[in-house]
Amino acid sequence: MSKVYLALQDNDVSRYIVEAVEEDNPDVTAQYMPAMVRLEADGQLIVKRETVEEKLGRDWDVQELHLNLITLGGNVDEDDDQISLTWNQ
Amino acid sequence: MAAKKLNLKDKYRLLTRDLDWEFSYQDREKAFPFEEFEGIKITDWSKWEDPFRLTMDSYWKYQAEKEKKLYAIFDAFSQNNGHLNVTDERYVNALKIFLTGVSPLEYQAFQGFAHTGRQLGGVGARTACQMQSLDELRHVQTQIHAMSHYNKFFDGFQDFSHMHDRVWYLSVPKSFFNDARSGGPFEFMVAIGFSFEYVLTNLLFVPFMSGAAHNGDMATVTFGFSAQSDEARHMTLGLEVIKFLLEQHEDNLPIVQKWIDKWFWRGTRLLTIVAMMMDYMLPNKVMSWKEAWEIYFEEAGGALFKDLARYGITMPEGAKLAEKEKEHISHQAWWTFYTHGHAAGFHTWIPSDEELDWLSAQYPDTFDKYYRPRWELAKKMEAEGNRFYTKALPQLCTTCQIPMLFTEMDDPTQISYRSSEYKGEKYHFCSDGCQHIFDDEPEKYIQSWLPVHQIFQGNCGGPGVEDILKDYYKMNLGADNMDIEGSPDQQRWQQWKNKAS
Amino acid sequence: MPVRALKPGYQGEMKDRQENFHGNQVVYVGWDHHLMFCAAFAYPLPPEMPFGALIQEVMPEAFSQHPEWDQVNWNSVVWQLDGQPFVPQMDVALAEQGIGHKSLLRFKTPELNGFQNAGV
Repeated sequence: MSKVYLALQDNDVSRYIVEAVEEDNPDVTAQYMPAMVRLEADGQLIVKRETVEEKLGRDWDVQELHLNLITLGGNVDEDDDQISLTWNQ
Repeated sequence: MAAKKLNLKDKYRLLTRDLDWEFSYQDREKAFPFEEFEGIKITDWSKWEDPFRLTMDSYWKYQAEKEKKLYAIFDAFSQNNGHLNVTDERYVNALKIFLTGVSPLEYQAFQGFAHTGRQLGGVGARTACQMQSLDELRHVQTQIHAMSHYNKFFDGFQDFSHMHDRVWYLSVPKSFFNDARSGGPFEFMVAIGFSFEYVLTNLLFVPFMSGAAHNGDMATVTFGFSAQSDEARHMTLGLEVIKFLLEQHEDNLPIVQKWIDKWFWRGTRLLTIVAMMMDYMLPNKVMSWKEAWEIYFEEAGGALFKDLARYGITMPEGAKLAEKEKEHISHQAWWTFYTHGHAAGFHTWIPSDEELDWLSAQYPDTFDKYYRPRWELAKKMEAEGNRFYTKALPQLCTTCQIPMLFTEMDDPTQISYRSSEYKGEKYHFCSDGCQHIFDDEPEKYIQSWLPVHQIFQGNCGGPGVEDILKDYYKMNLGADNMDIEGSPDQQRWQQWKNKAS
Repeated sequence: MPVRALKPGYQGEMKDRQENFHGNQVVYVGWDHHLMFCAAFAYPLPPEMPFGALIQEVMPEAFSQHPEWDQVNWNSVVWQLDGQPFVPQMDVALAEQGIGHKSLLRFKTPELNGFQNAGV
């Protein structure tokens, strides 16, 4: 299975998003580079609103992800509760 | 009683799809005159999907927030003399290339997406193009703002837009976008939306920007990542375009594949300069060009093309060659600029011994064998008081307009020469890829404005090279160009850092 | 189809026709396996210029920066014109021996392999 990935600016909001992603996607790997963090997983990666809100301790709109997003790879699907990245192969 | 909040899908439907209208008394084909000539067949625009389901109101909200953050950082950077925190005065030269070569492309992308958005018959695609067009305008503006600070302290930033239109090596990025914008709307979407945004811009905006952070350049990493936060949306649009076209009609497959082949190659050639910026112009290294290519093209692009295989799409034609060239192109490009340092709008230099060793370690199969000897020669000449500047003008590739500096991958000391004849005239190319692009549409590329030929035709002033640089390109000779050693940039830097030269 | 255009029969303007070069033609000259020079050089030359003048008057300015230039043995140099083997006639005009507008001349120096024998 190919790897999907998500790169975020390495800042205080992303820190909690990374925590949430790590909790919801046990196989994810986080790689830190200057000013950024790259999350990578086999085939699928999900960012769940509920988990991010729990980590942040406040309401969080899935579209807020755009504020800290650098790049991604994979087919995107977004709704009110989560954003997912998938490769079918 | 409070109104029920709309969910994302309903909101997207109401605020995007339902804004469209039927053509009841006008001919639809006249409203969208560019939709058919490329041979693309669209049967149902309503099948268009926008995975982010971003509506205009949310777009403004989040973009405003991004801008506020960004400008707060620019202010802080400027107020705290952020330019003094970069690694050294050499680093700033990468930004000169960025401002003269890349930022004007953001403006071209703004124009291109505005035009293309207008010409697409589907409202979902039109809205996405409109947002991207506005994003691109934001990118050029924020880049100019960020770099205006450097313009107060360093040479070479003063006339970027004029230079983009005229300077010989800047015809490479300029003609790349001119080529895309003069195609039809679907070719533009495949060229820029997919091939460039999805497959290639990561290589510029991710590892290079991370490199900017690693070299203390807060302004650049901030505008870079802020721009890139829009890019994730652009990439998704690019991928959606491909899937949509392929799902609409089977006849679209060969057309789309040909565009992917073409624009992968055009983009790969264009990124040669980014390869050079990463390997030679960042004093603190994040990763080599080769490694960046492996992560962002071979791995990420490989996954993408595997996913698209279900539509019959295959890896771009030039991908195998590019995989070999990743070991060579940054070295070939920096040598070209080093030897043309008198005619460049930025400074060049011989890599330090430490940097040469880093290059050897990163490129164990090629650097010591093919490229270190060039620097040994440059060092020898410099030690003899004879810093090497080449004295004649190079042959250019008709398609990518880059000097014919690329070599055969089975014989890396031999220049790669290709040529075609059209209407009795000879045309030269750096590669099979560039030759195939010409052969497919010769009537387009016989119009290439090749800087060297234009100089010979007397269209750039002169005839002396210095006059062309000074009057036609508006370079400040002795300040913008030549080696970093002894440059006014270097002298100022040493004064700021209290190092007596 | 020489171009995909909105209007059928579209034709582009050929920017590099020979008549645009004020009596000159463009000739490219490249020294194989000598990458001190990143690419072949482009020269605007009168078509009636003898080949000998190209070697003696035109090429030295840029090519002589190479440390091996003085050792070039012109009797053993192997030439190619537009991809074909070529034996130049020194006293004959370029155009008269088939060197046309935008022709590419390449030369190999069999006994010289570039700086440090590295093709530089």
